[in-house]
This record gives sequence, structure tokens and C-alpha cells, in this order.
Amino acid sequence: MSAPLTVAVTGLNATDNPGPGVGVIRSLRHCRDDVRVVGLAYDALEPGVYADGLVSDVFLIPYPSQGIDPLRDRLSYIRERTGFDVIIPTLDAELPGFVELAPELAAQGVGTLLPTREQLDLRCKAKLAALGDKGLPVPASRVLTDVTQLYAIHEVIPFPIVVKGPYYGARVAHTLEEAVAAFYKMVGEWGYPVIVQQFVAGQELCVCAVGDGEGGLVGAVQMRKTVITDKGKGWAGVAIRDPGLSQLTATFMSATRWRGPCELEVIRDADGGYHVLEVNPRFPAWCFLSAGAGMNLPYAVAELAAGRELSPLHDYRVGTMFVRIALDQISDMDAFSRMSTAGEVVRSHGVAR
Amino acid sequence: MSRPLYDRPILARHQTGLMNKFSRVASMQPQTHVDGVPVQTLIEAYGSPLFVFSEKTIVARYRELRDAFARRFSKVRVAWSYKTNYLDAICRVLHREGAWAEVVSEFEWEKARHNGVPGERIHLNGPLKTEATLRRVLPEGTLIHIDNFDELALLERLADELHLTPKVALRVNLAVESIPAWSRFGFNLESGQAMTAANRILTGKRLDLVGLHCHLGTFILDPASYREQASKLAGLANELRRAHGAIMSFLDIGGGFASRSKLKAQYLPGEQASPSFDRYAAACAEGMAALDYPAGSEPTIVLESGRALVDDSGTLLSTVIANKRMPDGQRGLVVDAGVNVLFTSFWYDHDVVPAQPFGGISEPTVMYGPLCMNIDVVRDTIQFPPMRAGDQVVFRNVGAYNVTQWMQFITYRPAVVIIGADGRHGIIRKREQLETLLASEEVPSWL
Amino acid sequence: MQRLRDLAISDTGFVFDPFSGATYTVNGTAQCLLDGLKRGLDRDGLVALLRERFECSDEDLPRDIDDLVQSLRMFGLVPGGFEVGR
Ligand SMILES: Cc1ncc(COP(=O)(O)O)c(C=O)c1O
Repeated sequence: MSAPLTVAVTGLNATDNPGPGVGVIRSLRHCRDDVRVVGLAYDALEPGVYADGLVSDVFLIPYPSQGIDPLRDRLSYIRERTGFDVIIPTLDAELPGFVELAPELAAQGVGTLLPTREQLDLRCKAKLAALGDKGLPVPASRVLTDVTQLYAIHEVIPFPIVVKGPYYGARVAHTLEEAVAAFYKMVGEWGYPVIVQQFVAGQELCVCAVGDGEGGLVGAVQMRKTVITDKGKGWAGVAIRDPGLSQLTATFMSATRWRGPCELEVIRDADGGYHVLEVNPRFPAWCFLSAGAGMNLPYAVAELAAGRELSPLHDYRVGTMFVRIALDQISDMDAFSRMSTAGEVVRSHGVAR
Repeated sequence: MSRPLYDRPILARHQTGLMNKFSRVASMQPQTHVDGVPVQTLIEAYGSPLFVFSEKTIVARYRELRDAFARRFSKVRVAWSYKTNYLDAICRVLHREGAWAEVVSEFEWEKARHNGVPGERIHLNGPLKTEATLRRVLPEGTLIHIDNFDELALLERLADELHLTPKVALRVNLAVESIPAWSRFGFNLESGQAMTAANRILTGKRLDLVGLHCHLGTFILDPASYREQASKLAGLANELRRAHGAIMSFLDIGGGFASRSKLKAQYLPGEQASPSFDRYAAACAEGMAALDYPAGSEPTIVLESGRALVDDSGTLLSTVIANKRMPDGQRGLVVDAGVNVLFTSFWYDHDVVPAQPFGGISEPTVMYGPLCMNIDVVRDTIQFPPMRAGDQVVFRNVGAYNVTQWMQFITYRPAVVIIGADGRHGIIRKREQLETLLASEEVPSWL
Repeated sequence: MQRLRDLAISDTGFVFDPFSGATYTVNGTAQCLLDGLKRGLDRDGLVALLRERFECSDEDLPRDIDDLVQSLRMFGLVPGGFEVGR
């Protein structure tokens, strides 16, 4: 067995719209006792901070909106305290900062497996069409900055259409009136631009994949959502294997030379056609399914980021299910008090555990 | 044991989403100096509030911009966008570096001439070109960027009358995905209007069409917009070459690069969100690759970057007048610079820090200016350490558009100084005083 | 003043209000004033207490005391009409 690995993970906001951190951490610890996890949180009340047995040490880090310098300072403090070898960031908004810091971190011996800034920009919602140019099937879409552009939209994209905000939010519109209302709602909530996409009906499939940065695929697990919440999040799902989806994943990797984890959200329509709706540049919250089904992708990312040889990745067991469950953790005031005054809870004994 | 130092008592309620003490405050450093000169010294010498410009930073940014494009294009010209900051000293720093001038009024044209810029090194832009203005600037060889057909007709008439063949460029507006089109300026590309205008100029022979120009907008965060713009401009140039054999001597991509300020609607701070000049240049070069010109006749790429060139070089020093406890529990900090001098507060969340070392717990704080108007908020809620009346704060990245769009309202406009590369400092615009304002007022005899 | 007396305050400046469930952070001077207020000190008493425990220069202590009391009123930790005795 190799030397223990200390991995810092963000995204402990395991709410009803969960961040991926808890899934990543459970995967890292799955069947292994040579991994130590340091949690990085943005708020003293992120549920993952209080999850028993999940993370021994948790530290607050500055919000991405605060910029690079505070993040750099804070990480170097946490590094001193915990000696982490690898960071796995899991939230969209923090990625630009970590991508920018990655070379500095590498120079200090901290590994990451992240996409480049260009790759990050390529998959942003307003640019999905660019993936179409690279040979991926994406629904017809237009980026709008003016409501009057909706009046002729049916000439390029017939109704129904999906009206989306630049970061979050989506509404299906069947008529121009609905589209106009949805347009203003998106602008009000998320600002410009507004993205209009062809509505495609079918089965919602997801792929959790890791790219090697040279066009190759490290591994991927496919999943079909079986329970979907009112927010459109998968609450349960099952591992599947669809050769078309495998092909699509391989195409994505070779076209973008993606480095690190990502999630492809895909619709398979009634005619067997595929439509890539979105590409998330990080692990999905359901990534523990990958470990549970036998192909532990978060652990693979930790190994690659640490510059270690990849343990053989076994194929995953099709038919493995995940069913999410809401649990109430019990905590005394102490951990919360330490998080809110000192910004850290250290349950282990620092570097020399 | 000695007693701890006193700091103002603070009771801060925990709020979800606001419970991160490692926010910017944790690494917020006071800015006690500007380019090596103590803030205190500057305020004592020139008063408060005070704009301070760094010559070093202006020069560094200029060279970074020029070099990013010069690595990719054989001919590059920066035309300084006067409206962004037309203080003579600032303009002269840029002209000394080799910048031409981009002006949008006769006033700005006069300023550029006053700064020693020859008429033929001035690009005259914008909708405000009166017959009188054109009569004055045409004989000096100024480049006219035509905005509309009325102006085109006027220019043709003046060309005949003055027996000149003015050098002109076509201002073009075009659609680029994900940014609102500035379609009110120039001739539209997609509808064929630009081609119509070009045809008229090229067949009429009274004007010499030497350039194409497009200014996309301002604070454009996505370099890809410039790729699209450049390829469309190149496409138009190709068409003109095919139809008329015309070769443009310049293609002007306008301004619009983002500075390191942070728009209110923007989540990430400028240092992460705003692309480098290099990324803009790379995108532009990719788009310009579509240009099909014979070897040796590459056009000059003209840049009219305003904001991104000088925003970083300007800081505003301001003094705390008072602390207030607002009914919602936030702290109010009244400072002596309001929206009258910091006009850009309307759209930026300015980066502001104390000018002296500080301690104590930071609190959500709103910064108000000194005006008796409710709109006078210079910084929305920011976690800020305790300050005392008389302390100073430093607003950073405020060099663009403030010293042109500011207003004389309620009080005098402050002085502006520049710090030279060698640490010397000097005034470049005096603080206004009663005489300054009275100089342009008159009282009719019957009053 | 029962609400004030019931506050649980840790050495690190973490404050828990068992009545409302709200939590706060206080700095040393605020903690000292909460102490004094619980003991029913008047304004002069509070000023003296601050001077005794902290290195004060030319600060306007009564102003700072009023500021803290306003926060306490806002958070409902003292009755709405509460003023420090003179
Ligand atoms: C024609 C033209 N060029 C250049 C600029 C400078 O723009 P920026 O400061 O965004 O670079 C402007 C600003 O409005 C403009 O209208």
C-alpha cells in the first residue's frame, strides 16, 4: 500500500440541491483507510461540516467572489496545518480561481486535476453551440440580449423552447407570451444573456467522466435518473451502459482534450438521438455511485492529481442504484462555535495523525 | 501583563451566507502608500478627496496592450480614447508612448491638438460632427469615422467645396453573440447597410476609404466576442477588395476590453473575470485570420481601448467623515468622496481598503458620500474593519471615466495628481475653488 | 435584563442566545461591556471598566457604548426603551 494521501475537498453544502463534496469524500474513503480528507467550506453551517466520520478537519475558505489572494493565503495556512497533497474543487464558481492557482499549487507540491481556463469557458452555457462545432450533438440554441430577438425565434427554433439564465434557471415556453415572461424572469434573476434552446423530450441520462487532458478517457459511469425532485435534481438513479452514450463521451474527450472530472447531461430522444444539454466542469453530486458501482472515479482523480500511478480501474456494475436520503445530523454547539469564531474544526491532530 | 489595546466594541450577528471570516477582509491589507508615496503626505499636500494617478502603471498597461497585439500583427496602433480620461498629463504620457488620439467631439479634438498630436494622427468618431467641426479638422487630415448617411453626404459636399479628398473610415455595427449590439452607431453590417455606404464612397471617389471600424461596447468580458468581430470585419474587407479592389490601410476594433474593476452584476472579482490583453489579442488574431489580403499589404490594427488602459492607474483617496449605525444593523461610513466624483460607483463595486493599519472585527458596511441625496452611495455593503472619523480609505481602479464624467455638484471637484516613475509627484488638475466657478458665471446688469 | 444574563459567552467571543437561538461574535471590548451591563453598571461605571481593562487613548467611549447598546436593542437583547443609566 502506498503512503497515505491527504485530500482537500470543497462543496460540503449537502443541502436539498447538494454540492458534490460529500459524494466525493465518501468515494475517497470508500473501502480505503489510506486517505485522509480535509473539508473546505464557505459557511459555518454547511451540512457536511457536521457529518460524523466524514471529515476530520474542516476549514473555512474565502468565497470565490473575494478573489485569488485571500484564497492563496488561506490555502497556504491550511496546507501548513494539514499538509494536504491534493485539492479537488467541486463547485462551478470556484473553478476559475483554482484553475488560476493550479500552477502555483503544483510548484508547492499540491496536485490538482483540472480543466484549462479555455476548456472551462468552452462549456459555459452561453457557448454550448461551440461544442456543436466540435462534433457533439447539441440542441439548437441562440444567445439573446434583447427581448425583441424572441419575436423571430420560431424561424430558427420552433416552439416549445427552453429559456435559460446564464448560470442557473430554465423554463419551458410553448408560446411567445410564455417565452417573453420567461425571458424577463431570467433577466431579473440572473442578468444577461438569456439562452434559448430547442426543447428536447426524452430520457435524462448523465455521465460522470474523467478525462486525462490528452483526449483520452480515464473512466466514466453512466446513470439514468429514476427519481427527479421538483428542482430537476436526480434523487435516485441507476447505473446503465448505453454504447451511444459511451461513444458520445469519447467524442467529448477527444474534441476538448478535457482534463479532470466532468458531468455530461444528455437527453436520449424517442428516436435514439442524443442531445447534450449541459457539461458541468466538475464531479456531480451523485458521483458516489461510481465508487459504489465499482469504478471509483474520485479516488482515481486523487491519485492522478497526486502524480501517482493509477490503481487499475475496474468496470462498474450496471444496475447499481443510488437512492438519496435526508438525514438529520446531531451536533452540539461546539463545532459550530469553533467554525464561526476560529473558522476551523480540527478533530484529528494536525499533520501527524 | 500589559492591557490589550482598545478597539471599538462590536457585536456581530451570525447570518447564514455571511459567516465567513476568511473573506477579503482577512487578507485585506491597508494601502498606506501609492507608488511609494504615503497617502498621508499626499492628502496633506493636496487635500481630500484626491485622485492619484500612477505614471508607472499607465506605461506598463500601455506596453502590455501594445505588445500583446504586436506579437500577432505586424502593424498595431493605439488611439487613445480621450473621453476615458482627457487630462493633458495623462494623455501626454500615452502620446509619449506612441499613442494617437481617438476623439468624439471638437473639444476633444482641440485637446488632442493642444497635446501636440498632429491632425492626421487623430481618429474623429461619434455622432457629434457638425459642419463647422468638419470644416476645421478636414484640412488637417484628421481621419473621419463616418457614422451615418447624412454625415456621408455632408463630407462629400465639403470635399468638393474644400478641394480635398478626406481620408475616411466606415463605422460599422454588427451582431456578436451574447452581447447587446451598439446598433445606434455607424452602419449595420448584417442588413447590408455598411456595404451600401462603402459602395457609395468607393464609387463616388470624393472620399478616400482607408479603414473599417467597429466598437462593440464596453466592459466585454468574453474575448471570443472579439474573434467574432474581427472575422466579420475581415469578411467585409474581403468583400470590398473583391468588389472594388479596395485595400484598407487600417482595421479598427474599437475599445471595450474589461478593466480589473468589478461590475455590480458580476460574481467573480475583476482579477479573475477580466481577461488579459493577451487573451483578447489571441481571439482577435484568430478572427483576423479570415482576412484575405495580398502579402505586404496587411492593415494596421487600431485599438481604442480606454477603460482597460487607465482604470488600474487611478486611485481615489478619501477621508472618513463619520460612522453611523443604520436601522438594519449595518454600519454606515460617510466619506468625503461621493458619486459626484466617483461616478463609476453606479456600476462598479469598487475595491476599497483602509489607508492605515487596522484591527478589530469587520462588519457589513455601506459607504455613503457627502451629498445630501439618497443616491449618494459609493460602495454597497462590504465587510469593512472599524474606522474612525479622520481616517482615510483608498478606492482602487478608478482611473477611467471618473475625471471626465464627474460633476460639479454641491461641492468643488477635488485635485488630481500624478506620481512619476521616479516618485516625484505633482498636480495635474487643481482643486476647484470659488473663483474657478465664478470665472464662467455672469450676472446680468439688471440683477 | 434576563435575556442579557442568559447569554452564553465563550472565551473565543462566541455568543449563544438560548431564548432566540441566535448566535453572535463579540470582540473583547464588547464582551467587557456585556459583563458590565449584566452587573447593572451605569455609563460612568462602564467607561471606568473599559479604561481598567484596555489601553485606551483618546477614544470617545460613551459614543461607543451607545453604539453597542443600539445593537443590543436591535437584536432584542435589551428592551426597546433601554438606555444606560447616567
Ligand atoms: C468609439 C469608441 N471607442 C473607444 C471607446 C473606449 O471604450 P472602453 O473604455 O470600453 O475601452 C469608446 C467608449 O465608449 C467608444 O465609443
